[in-house]
Amino acid sequence: MYIDPHAHMISRTTDDYEAMAAAGIVAVIEPAFWIGQPRTYVGTYVDYLSSIVGWERFRAGQFGIRHYCTVGLNSKEANNEELAEGVMEWLPRFALKEGVVAIGEIGYDEQTALEDRYFRAQLELAKELELPVMVHTPHRDKKRGTTRSMDVIEEIGLDPSMVVIDHNNEETVAETLQRGFWAGFSIYPSTKMGNRRMVELLKQYGGERIIVDSACDWGISDSLGVPKTARLALESGVPEQTVRRVCYANALEVYGKSGQMREEDWLAPPEIDQRTLYAGNSILRGGREPIIGTEAQKRRDDLIIE
Amino acid sequence: MQPAQQVLHDIVLSRSGDHIGWVEKTLAALRAGAPERELHVFLGLAPRRLGKADLNASHEERLAADAARPGWSLEDWSVDGAARVLALLVFQGARPFAETFKDLRRTADAAELIALYRGLPLYPEPETLHFEVGEGLRSNLKPVFEAIAHRNPFPRDHFDEHRWNHMILKALFVDSRLAPIVGLDERANPELARILREYAHERWSAGRKVSPELWRCVGPFAVDDPALADLERALKEGGAAARAAALALSASPHPAARELLRQRPEAEDIASGRLDWQSLEAA
Ligand SMILES: [Zn+2]
Repeated sequence: MYIDPHAHMISRTTDDYEAMAAAGIVAVIEPAFWIGQPRTYVGTYVDYLSSIVGWERFRAGQFGIRHYCTVGLNSKEANNEELAEGVMEWLPRFALKEGVVAIGEIGYDEQTALEDRYFRAQLELAKELELPVMVHTPHRDKKRGTTRSMDVIEEIGLDPSMVVIDHNNEETVAETLQRGFWAGFSIYPSTKMGNRRMVELLKQYGGERIIVDSACDWGISDSLGVPKTARLALESGVPEQTVRRVCYANALEVYGKSGQMREEDWLAPPEIDQRTLYAGNSILRGGREPIIGTEAQKRRDDLIIE
Repeated sequence: MQPAQQVLHDIVLSRSGDHIGWVEKTLAALRAGAPERELHVFLGLAPRRLGKADLNASHEERLAADAARPGWSLEDWSVDGAARVLALLVFQGARPFAETFKDLRRTADAAELIALYRGLPLYPEPETLHFEVGEGLRSNLKPVFEAIAHRNPFPRDHFDEHRWNHMILKALFVDSRLAPIVGLDERANPELARILREYAHERWSAGRKVSPELWRCVGPFAVDDPALADLERALKEGGAAARAAALALSASPHPAARELLRQRPEAEDIASGRLDWQSLEAA
């Protein structure tokens, strides 16, 4: 049983959902982010937020996967001041929607003054609404950007145990953990983390406050990043307890602080939910070997389309 | 008879538990012209504080609801949904109701959408809500579509024939039941019967099953040979299709329909009331 706490499912196909469910993923968290193309109107941003709290949640449910999301203004689009001001006006309304587990992903991209302004404003909002925060750390000048993010969070007075610093690597993890934050790792080909490197980090740091995610999106990425990493770690001798923490329990613990994500959601879904929004079953998949990719494989091999 | 808003008010307060003070205070503020932000916060907090359980309305509550608005059923209502609809009814905004509704609908999560549309029979100025209802019918979220289509008298009371017919057709397309649609027999019409027969032909050509419920809207208008031929074909399929076709034949005014039915084993069940559309199982 796995959670992928960082997956932009709005960009993924039904094959991904099928494969993820078959591989044992029971829940995903969809962070609000850039969708590859800049939005130029507040209205399109509002509709995007509506999609991830509404339609995508329903869609995932039809594949037996529980879908949660985070809402926020991402760092790239924070640089469009007119858009940013508009989005900030709407955010409080979305932050209390069903299944919203954090404010995020927010943080720095090029570390501009505007990015800094809206990062701070959203940290204040998270503080007011007592919501966890998911922080996107920059690709460029990563180490400094990560340190700076944590400095600002401490300055605003947020409890580090409410904050996930995501997209960590070997250079940033020690400081993130040492300062009391949760450390997310995105198993994303080429640009972020490979899972062989991840396994080495697990051997070195153990499972405390470490979270593995796929960050799969519209780019070349792997929606099975979490189950594949789990399997590789187990085969490499990482204790099962550690794997369970980093691929399931830790994400549940921190994002569960929102009050919007509970293990019962997938183990024993409420009847009203099962009737309307969630077409899954409540059978425990834990303890069974994950079957990676069989559904998608079957679909590729089946010639008949009906 | 109690007005609808009063019925809902009593139901919500009786389910508010420890939060009854918060509910009463907020409703009073909304009635007194509080800013819209108060409404948004109440809508956001309602499921967190009151829970999402089924309303489980009592017999008396159901009677009161139906008396206040004929066809208003509390069947699929949840506690948080009822509270949300009540807050919206009570809110005294500066803008026309349809504008406030639109704004809420644009940013709603799925459970909110379901609640907003369940409340349709209770809202003021129903004729201003046609665009909003259309948006809900077009939704890909089946439970949102069903919040309008099922156990909701709004379509029966306010849809024109075109919209009514397309709602029925969409229900079949998304594998939704027809039986819970309020006014299904009252609003049946020859154009709908024609559309549904064509749809059945399409399904047959594609080698797919035809929902037996479809024949319910065809029966009363099965007045010519081609229509009767369709029903005969469904009879030959046996099972639920045959039971539905028999029921449809019993509603046809055509003498040949009575003749066809007479030879069928289902005729007796229909005459005795053992077989009707409510008891007919889904496909
Ligand atoms: Zn991301």
